[in-house]
Amino acid sequence: MGKKMKGDKIFKNITFLFALSVLIMFSLLFYKLVADSSLTWQKLGLNFIIGEDWDPLNEEFGALPFIYGTLVTSTFALIISVVLSLGIAIFLTEIAPKSIREPISSIVELIAAIPSVIIGLWGIFVLAPFVRDYLQPLLSHFSFIPFFSGKTLTGLCMLTAILVLTFMITPIIATIAKDSLLMVPEDLKEAMYSLGARRYEVIRHVCIPYAKNGIFGGIVLGYGRAIGETMAVTMVIGNAYLISLSLLNPGYTMAAVIANEFTEATGDLYLSSLIAIGLLLLVLSIAVNLVGRMIIWKWQSQAKG
Amino acid sequence: MEMAITGKRLKDNLFTAYCIISLLIIIVPLVHIIGTTVYYGAQAINLEFFTALPKPPGEPGGGIANAIQGTLVLAALTMAISIPSAILAAIYLAEYGNSRFKELIRLLNDTFMGTPSIVAGIFGYALIVVNFGGFSAVAGAFALSILAVPMILRASEEALKLVPKDIREAGLSLGIEYWIVITRIVLRTAFPAIASGILLALARIMGETAPLLFTAFGNPNFANSIFEPISALPLIIFIYATSPYPDWHQKAWGAALVLMLLVLGINMLVKYKYKR
Repeated sequence: MGKKMKGDKIFKNITFLFALSVLIMFSLLFYKLVADSSLTWQKLGLNFIIGEDWDPLNEEFGALPFIYGTLVTSTFALIISVVLSLGIAIFLTEIAPKSIREPISSIVELIAAIPSVIIGLWGIFVLAPFVRDYLQPLLSHFSFIPFFSGKTLTGLCMLTAILVLTFMITPIIATIAKDSLLMVPEDLKEAMYSLGARRYEVIRHVCIPYAKNGIFGGIVLGYGRAIGETMAVTMVIGNAYLISLSLLNPGYTMAAVIANEFTEATGDLYLSSLIAIGLLLLVLSIAVNLVGRMIIWKWQSQAKG
Repeated sequence: MEMAITGKRLKDNLFTAYCIISLLIIIVPLVHIIGTTVYYGAQAINLEFFTALPKPPGEPGGGIANAIQGTLVLAALTMAISIPSAILAAIYLAEYGNSRFKELIRLLNDTFMGTPSIVAGIFGYALIVVNFGGFSAVAGAFALSILAVPMILRASEEALKLVPKDIREAGLSLGIEYWIVITRIVLRTAFPAIASGILLALARIMGETAPLLFTAFGNPNFANSIFEPISALPLIIFIYATSPYPDWHQKAWGAALVLMLLVLGINMLVKYKYKR
């Protein structure tokens, strides 16, 4: 008997060590990013975050252009994506014939499986020329709006990055929105229909209010994904240290500058500043993700009663 | 009354149109991406493309054999690190332990899933590249594992929890030790679900570029050992696509087609073989 207990104990301890390693890796990740960026925080402090100039040659490191680019592209992408995701989720739960719902869901989910570098490749050679040659003339009629006031010669600009991000996060939000709408009790809908309500009325007054919180959680998770997305954005955003309102101008994001400049970073302050951007990006996306997950957990336990 | 009803019908139809257009706005680019990748990719692919090393820009011919080697080596190394780590940790979360600690680990694991892939790259650089002799396949696999472990861990824990209690009790009542019950019986029952989690993680990491930029780094030749820099399909797609040479652009499409077939193939396999 004693021998038996021993085998169990060893195995349990081994599994414990691996579970513990999640905590160790997490602490190590934070420790490394904080320690390796400490030079930047000591030398520049808050000026690093609000500094508008990024000029490695003159040892000037202000991260604002990247923070601005990340927030602008992900926020615009999120707004468009919410409109599309709701339409898709409603189509898949209320409108489409039952037999095609499953296959179409699978196709939408397929988008999330495409490597982002392939979406970036398509972005460079197909979407960017399309934005330059077709979208730009269309938007030039609205050039009194500051967002559309610029001009792009290559099509590599913030607008193209926004479109690419929209495409990438819509399946995530649509899938969570669909799952939330599926949890709306059938009898609530039936009751509304029996009162003679039309489909859009039932969706607007019953389905959306009921699934609201679940959908909102999905939106927050989609935002987290947009903030951290690297390759596709790096390839199409044009990579310019600009803070410009015009979406037709090139820009830069936090993830993109790390991807492009990390291996070329000469000098300790340069490298430390790129790692500091990584730390900001990590904190931002973890915060957004946690909020999103908490909203969804809370809603699921409420909906299940 | 008539007016009101037609007005409502119109609104209903407009609403349906909005939903269908939303779907099309997403499906059309998807079809276009797959279509262009197949169209341009197929023109780049021949036998040499798979067997030869890259040539300098302008010189005709050459292939991406180094990148194919890299993707396969990196995938194998990453899985060798991730599968045992994730499954053992999942066993602890599903079978043992006090709930406070488990809640914390679960939370951290979920948080890891939200880690931007570029940050995993920085971590691999700061921990492995700096301390253990420079850019290498091992450093790349470490960075990819940061993304793979959370996915496999979560899928495995859920799979283990779905195994009925009776199976464990039946094993225990025969006098078999608990750890043998877990490794021989429970794991085997949960295997299909765990396998689908592993395959999805594999598909995900094979397509990742950002974690490799400053860990595996890339290599114009074959890597002779896992301690050397190594190329990968996503890395050369990025480098070739952003280069000024039309010849390299075509190679990028070819590599994209190979990568897409790999990744979507694995996803299809999961979908049809291990229906969740």
